[in-house]
Amino acid sequence: MQTKNIMIVGVGGQGTLLASKLLGRILLSKGYDVKVSEVHGMSQRGGSVVTYVRYGDKVYSPVIDKGEADYIVSFEILEAARWVEYLKDGGTIITNTQEVNPMPVIIGACEYPQELEAKIKALGINLDAIDALSLAEQAGTSKAVNIVLMGKLSKYFDFTEEDWMTAIEQSVPPKFLELNKKAFLLGKEA
Amino acid sequence: MKKLMLGNEAVARGLYEAGCSFVSSYPGTPSTEITEYAAKYNEIYAEWAPNEKVALETAFGASLAGKRSFCGMKHVGVNVAADPLFTVAYTGVNAGLIIGVADDPGMHSSQNEQDSRHYAIASKIPMLEPSDSAESIAFVKEAFDISEKFDTPIFIKMCTRVAHSQSIIEESERVLPTAKPYEKQGEKYIMMPGNAKKRHPIVEQRTLDLIELAETAWFNRIEDGSDNTVGIITSSTSYQYVKEVFGDKYPVLKLGMINPLPVNKIKDFAKKVKNVIVVEELDGIIETHCKNIGVSVIGKEIFGNIGEFSQNLVAEKLGVDAPKGVALSENIPMRPPVMCAGCPHRGLFYTLKKNKLTVMGDIGCYTLGAVAPLAAIDTTICMGASVSSIHGFNKANDGETDGKTVAVIGDSTFMHSGVTGLINIAYNGSNSTVIILDNSITGMTGHQQNPTTGYNLKGDPCSKIDLEALCKSVGINSVRVVDPYNLDECDTVIKEELAKEEPSVIISRRPCALLKYVKHAGPIKVNTDKCIGCKSCMRIGCPAVSVINGKVKIDNTLCTGCGVCAQMCKFDVFEAVKEA
Repeated sequence: MQTKNIMIVGVGGQGTLLASKLLGRILLSKGYDVKVSEVHGMSQRGGSVVTYVRYGDKVYSPVIDKGEADYIVSFEILEAARWVEYLKDGGTIITNTQEVNPMPVIIGACEYPQELEAKIKALGINLDAIDALSLAEQAGTSKAVNIVLMGKLSKYFDFTEEDWMTAIEQSVPPKFLELNKKAFLLGKEA
Repeated sequence: MKKLMLGNEAVARGLYEAGCSFVSSYPGTPSTEITEYAAKYNEIYAEWAPNEKVALETAFGASLAGKRSFCGMKHVGVNVAADPLFTVAYTGVNAGLIIGVADDPGMHSSQNEQDSRHYAIASKIPMLEPSDSAESIAFVKEAFDISEKFDTPIFIKMCTRVAHSQSIIEESERVLPTAKPYEKQGEKYIMMPGNAKKRHPIVEQRTLDLIELAETAWFNRIEDGSDNTVGIITSSTSYQYVKEVFGDKYPVLKLGMINPLPVNKIKDFAKKVKNVIVVEELDGIIETHCKNIGVSVIGKEIFGNIGEFSQNLVAEKLGVDAPKGVALSENIPMRPPVMCAGCPHRGLFYTLKKNKLTVMGDIGCYTLGAVAPLAAIDTTICMGASVSSIHGFNKANDGETDGKTVAVIGDSTFMHSGVTGLINIAYNGSNSTVIILDNSITGMTGHQQNPTTGYNLKGDPCSKIDLEALCKSVGINSVRVVDPYNLDECDTVIKEELAKEEPSVIISRRPCALLKYVKHAGPIKVNTDKCIGCKSCMRIGCPAVSVINGKVKIDNTLCTGCGVCAQMCKFDVFEAVKEA
């Protein structure tokens, strides 16, 4: 099988690392070769962050390059727009519709771009957008945006609900398990 | 059982399996997690040293005592550890000693892009370079064996993409090495000229012996290809990019040991192929070696020595079509890293900017004080440079800049190498003002303890440096403490200390807002009826505060209720903040 590529993008602090950990676990359990590449250190501080998840028979490079991503899971709509170029022809973007103003917008140096969903779709890209923040809050905490988006992503994979739930159990603390399971199902049904 | 493991965690796993029992390191991205994961094994004693020089000397002591030892740092940390490094190369070791160094091509979280392979060559110390997590474990085990067999310290060289990528590993049991009790050997360990002169030839012979190892060792391997018009010599993460692009098409010489490099193995490889291409990030270390031994190669003339590689970059440089995506024509605003909401550094930097001061900066989260709208930093060089350079700046300006210049340095950085600069300020008498940003943790690298926090790496309580007493004891008479959440207090104290005709230290003290034990008041409440949209509150550059349609809006998911924004407002828009 040719290597498949999933990019997880967002704003530092949004919980992208947990999403990649969960994906890594489920893909490993299915017998794939897997590589997950993370960003630590300075760029985590509220900056634009990206995590790469790659799987297949044999994976070499830990990173995903322009035009290679089968899926981009974005925690914030501006970040989806930023990384569009990394999507493969025919790839899919799953995005949270939430807007988080970057510092240049906060200080008035530039405007937050408008109608990004429409502009991304105009490129002929399959864009699957949900309000993951509201769904996460509905599940019990705004921090569950990552699991809501994993629920949405799960619709594009053949794995069973049990596979996903096992991976969630291995990735979150027991006291938040029920909340996260709920968040996953809300994302899946959205 | 197969597991996904981060490269740095795999290094720690390798340490555990190889029977390592002593780790002393200083944190630095992308090396930090090696030591944090090592500390999770009860069988390994692990500590944070105040800096890399102390860490290496400590690990050397443990090796002398007969324990397999490890010392981890980022690439620039080797600059600090270079003094013991070059001489421990002469003495050799008792039990195995590994120096783990992590380079940062592309500078994700670093102030320069130096290539630590130069240090291996310059100090005549062998260096192994894994390209994924499984190799990280295997190479650590091999490194201890080489260290003990050849009586040498040895480098394990990581880079960001190996250190911070997870790939599949298989764990095995811990195997304890044979005991190596310390024996007094003055000729080996006392490096005074008479002894060192005898050690140097031993070091040179050791390199020759290591070259022999490099010719036949399993970690320098040839992978056959179907097309011999090109042969590629590569290592580390560059190997992964080469294989990603070419698969098994061209023969590849994959080098696991980067110093010393083999001679005959490279010559034999070159004979079997028509053209040899060297693919390596940063400087042309392998390339220069090939040219020195008379093997003609292509390398840096097409790849250059700046930044990170990727599969598309390797493809493009070698004439292979790489996929290209489609970008939006829209201008996408940058999203640079920023100080967190509730960060104690924010109020302090706002005060520095307001007073139009020249600010000598240092290394840590607070380097983000250089970013707009605070834009309050003039320099950032290396650990401790703020304190040393303000002294030179003020001295050279004959006192003209004394009242208009400050140095800012974090608590951990001050312990690392700021205190020596402060001693210089007192000893050589400049009228300099140093601000210690004491947030009670090493922040940027992800919350490591240090000598000012009162806790050690394992989380146990320990002795805690009294910063006020330390500064006074080196000869600074004026030492003040301010709360950076209180803008008026910061402004008053900074003005007073700058006006004094003597050196001074201001300790800006507030724990990092991300520390788990820090209680927050919760999001600040605003009365938007009173807001006239003047945007005064936005001058502090807090990511939780914006003005939308002429009214202030607080992001409740980010706001901690620190109340700094409220102190900017003249219209009573923000409700009073209660202490948590």
